Amino acid sequence: MIREKARVKTFKINGTDVTGKSNQTILEVANDHEIKIPTLCYMKGLSCVGACRMCLVEIKGSHKLIPACTGKIKEGMEVETETESLKKHRKFILSMIFAERNHVCSVCVSNGHCELQDMSVELDMKHSSVPYIYPKFEVDASHERFVYDPNRCIVCTRCVRVCNEVEGAHALDIIDRGINSKIIHDMDEPWALSESCTSCGKCVQVCPTGTLTEKGVSSAEMVKKKSLIIDLLEARENRDRK
Amino acid sequence: MSEKIVIDPVTRIEGHAKITINVNDSGKVDDAKLHVTQFRGFEKFCEGRQYTEMPGLTARTCGICPVSHLISSSKACDELLAVRPPKGGRNLRRIINLAQILQSHALNFFHLSAADMLYGFDAPKGDRNIFKMMQTHPEMAKNGIKLRAFGQKIIEELGGKRIHPSWIVPGGVSHQISQEQKSNILEQIPEAMDIVKGALKWYVSQLPKYKREIEFFGNYKSMFMGLVNKHGKLEHYGGMLRFMDWDGTILDDGVDPKHYQQYIGEYVEDFSYLKSPYYKPRGYKNGMYRVGPLARLNVADSCGTPLADEAFEDFMNINNGKPVLNTFYYHYARLIEIIYCIERIEELLNEPETMSDNVRSYASVNRLEGVGCSEAPRGTLFHHYKVDKTGSITGVNMIIASGNNNLAMNAGIKQAACEFVDGANPSDGDLNRVEAVIRCFDPCLSCSTHALGVVATKVEIKDMNGKTIKLIDRV
Repeated sequence: MIREKARVKTFKINGTDVTGKSNQTILEVANDHEIKIPTLCYMKGLSCVGACRMCLVEIKGSHKLIPACTGKIKEGMEVETETESLKKHRKFILSMIFAERNHVCSVCVSNGHCELQDMSVELDMKHSSVPYIYPKFEVDASHERFVYDPNRCIVCTRCVRVCNEVEGAHALDIIDRGINSKIIHDMDEPWALSESCTSCGKCVQVCPTGTLTEKGVSSAEMVKKKSLIIDLLEARENRDRK
Repeated sequence: MSEKIVIDPVTRIEGHAKITINVNDSGKVDDAKLHVTQFRGFEKFCEGRQYTEMPGLTARTCGICPVSHLISSSKACDELLAVRPPKGGRNLRRIINLAQILQSHALNFFHLSAADMLYGFDAPKGDRNIFKMMQTHPEMAKNGIKLRAFGQKIIEELGGKRIHPSWIVPGGVSHQISQEQKSNILEQIPEAMDIVKGALKWYVSQLPKYKREIEFFGNYKSMFMGLVNKHGKLEHYGGMLRFMDWDGTILDDGVDPKHYQQYIGEYVEDFSYLKSPYYKPRGYKNGMYRVGPLARLNVADSCGTPLADEAFEDFMNINNGKPVLNTFYYHYARLIEIIYCIERIEELLNEPETMSDNVRSYASVNRLEGVGCSEAPRGTLFHHYKVDKTGSITGVNMIIASGNNNLAMNAGIKQAACEFVDGANPSDGDLNRVEAVIRCFDPCLSCSTHALGVVATKVEIKDMNGKTIKLIDRV
């Protein structure tokens, strides 16, 4: 019992005392206490990679900003999630995400159901503060049921993780680095030629934008089943318990 | 010395344009040309996109008539899928298309053109606008706004929003409408009908004042093109193309729009980004034809609704049953079409299939090429797509309604410039008359070249060496 108690850590988020288990992240504890921290690459049920940097928080005594989704909690730490400086940083990061690809909400299949679009509203980003790059990516529509449009990708890697961690296929991965990073199928082959893809569609459902979509949908028609992964993992856990 | 007059920008039209008027040594007008000065390139940047995005993408060609593009684009996609939308879906598409035509016609008549007739073409240019109308004829201005709002509200009621609704999709429409939505539209019909009847009466009463304008605002022999239904009546959604000569001779009838390239050529002139479509059998220039409300009424045997047909009869009496050639009467045709639109919307809403929940057909790509055609407010609109077997666009050609009238608009301004403009001393009223010819056609130039920018036009006067000696900015 004493060892169990020692695993609970107490610290402050925005001046409020909170507690969490020692293996929890700042984001998980914040969520448990209904403290909202913006996220894009995070998805409950998948591993955390800190790719989007939306959930950056300040820790008193540290000059570094820490992504809340990967930052482990520490006893007595003091976390700030909503300072003016953080808001400014998040907005700037979001601007860069928009500028890196061709996000044209008005004609996008995910218009109105897009987490990137929602984030721009949440962070009050009306215009990008950095110039757009307008890269030219080819759309991969070779798959019978799905379309992959890298022009709308924010490289959050949810699709890579769900394919590896939940489906177990690891059909998706990332090629290149930094601004040139791109999701690929197998060894950068057309989706239809991927031998490892099981065509389960989980990657489509977890994609926060209109990058991975079902085929045949028009503007604003792509509504994703956000709870799919959690429902699936819970169902598996219940089955294993039996 | 010969001169060139430039009207730049042409005002109270949709999009950018300028007019140049060439004046010879003796001060007489030799020639006049309409220059559409922007380029947008929709045909190019749509390549590589999925066909399902085409309605949404091409709707952005225009903020005034996005529904027309949505209709033609979705019809082209229907062809790619090789499906025919269910009757419910077709009826709903028809209703929103008619609402679009109605609101655009109301915009042209009340907001853009009526001021010329209300205050005269020679009135100070500060007075020739809807704001002056609000001061001197508030009831008329209010009616114009109300009538346009009626059309816009139908688009919003059905499509979810007034501009660029995403409701019209390949295969039909995305969802059915409710009884409440139907009632909301139906209850506004009597007032809308009263407004347009009043406007038509007023327009007809004004005609005796504008005999010279009627005579010289693009009054010339040209062919006409438009869709007609299987009974030869007015049609805006389906039907086949009819080509008619200036004397009423039907040149081609029952032409399936998907064969449009056999009948329509597109010529490129070096003075404008707007292509010049022409009727191929007669060749470039001789193949000049007109589209839009005047052309549609000319090619149709009748409208097919009671009140519109009453007005149609008076309209056809203008030239003793022969096609009406005077461009000034585009306004007349526009008002008759508004009556028709209101009547047809009511008829279609009351058809039981309209309320069906079967409004969309589903399929994947079954053909690699598709043409969609419909009547936009300004005339016949073509969308032509090619795709690969994955549904990615490999080729696009669009003939925008206003573009069809390019040769006719040039002929119209030349006639008006020769008649009204004194090359040595062009007055503001005379130049306004030249612009007003363009306004009769109600062109949407940003659509037709797929241009981007502010609404505006210019008139340029050039000498025989092409040197600009006078530039008149119309902003």
